[in-house]
Amino acid sequence: MPSSNSIARALSVILVVCSVWSVLTLAGPARHQMSQKSKAGTATRADGLTAWQQIYSVLTHPRCINCHTATHYPQQGDDRHRHFANIIRGPEGQGVAGLNCASCHQETNADSTGVPGGHNWHLAPLSMRWQDLNDQSLSSAAVCRAVTDRSKNHGLNGPGLLKHHEEEPLVLWAWNPGRRPDGTMRTPPPLTHADFVAATRRWIEAGMPCPQGK
Amino acid sequence: MATYELNVNGQRKQVNVDPATPLLWVLREELKLTGTKYGCGISACGACTVHVAGIATRSCVVPVSLIGDRPIVTIEGIGNDPVGRAVQEAWVEKDVVQCGYCQSGQIMSAVALLKATARPTDANIEESMGGNICRCGTYIRIREAIKSASGQLK
Repeated sequence: MPSSNSIARALSVILVVCSVWSVLTLAGPARHQMSQKSKAGTATRADGLTAWQQIYSVLTHPRCINCHTATHYPQQGDDRHRHFANIIRGPEGQGVAGLNCASCHQETNADSTGVPGGHNWHLAPLSMRWQDLNDQSLSSAAVCRAVTDRSKNHGLNGPGLLKHHEEEPLVLWAWNPGRRPDGTMRTPPPLTHADFVAATRRWIEAGMPCPQGK
Repeated sequence: MATYELNVNGQRKQVNVDPATPLLWVLREELKLTGTKYGCGISACGACTVHVAGIATRSCVVPVSLIGDRPIVTIEGIGNDPVGRAVQEAWVEKDVVQCGYCQSGQIMSAVALLKATARPTDANIEESMGGNICRCGTYIRIREAIKSASGQLK
């Protein structure tokens, strides 16, 4: 028969083993984060997710999401109403013959008439829709998945996405959106363009993490 | 004020106007090409449609300063184009016009459609002509005329 002392020693050993196992298990995410950090350089996954939320706040701003629709028409205005005059997407996202985007939207803003403009004005492809068929913004996780899916985003990798955010004329337009027909200035996105690019860079350095969820 | 050299219906035209002036008013007031009509002034009705570099363009909202050297064709010049001629003849054949105010814009949009799609379906016609408003309700005859013109094109 084992003595009470030996039983106590055995229980102590089990307790210690369990404690060590618990600590190691609970430390899993931290270790994962550390490996992310060493893998991606200076940014952690948490840093990346924080940066992504900043990016998401821009992508879902009316200046951006009005042309990232899931429907066959663009939207306009801060209230994101359907584009007037029966404008439709068309096969290439540029309207249809006789009623193209370029029928009104020129290479630059027309502030005297209130029509915004930029190079190659067009709708984003349906694969880059950031809202549902009821014109509600998709979740942060869903938009992130679409943005990072190279089968949907024209094959852009991290540097490609950064370049897109830095240089694409229609992205830049969001920070120079011109005047409304009533002469007031259109609302820009919530971050400056420099902050948007910086957030994109941090997100990419962290390995382009996406939030969990639908 | 600024001076602009415009290519209108194949001719060089010089105008001295405020850069913010919509193309519509340059055509009508400076060049006296009054076939292009003012309807809504906000690109919602299509009466002011002309072609700029072949694209049906709402001249009421495009400042002249943004035209550059792109060629402009108005209703006065569209008959020199084979598709334009076919559309105009179909318009006469089908007796499309009632009051006529919107019809220059209708014809310019119809020509743009047929240049891109020589055999348009009803859906094509509705999509392309959906931004051209006609208070007289000549839409059925417009559709017939577009199909007639389409039949005349090779």
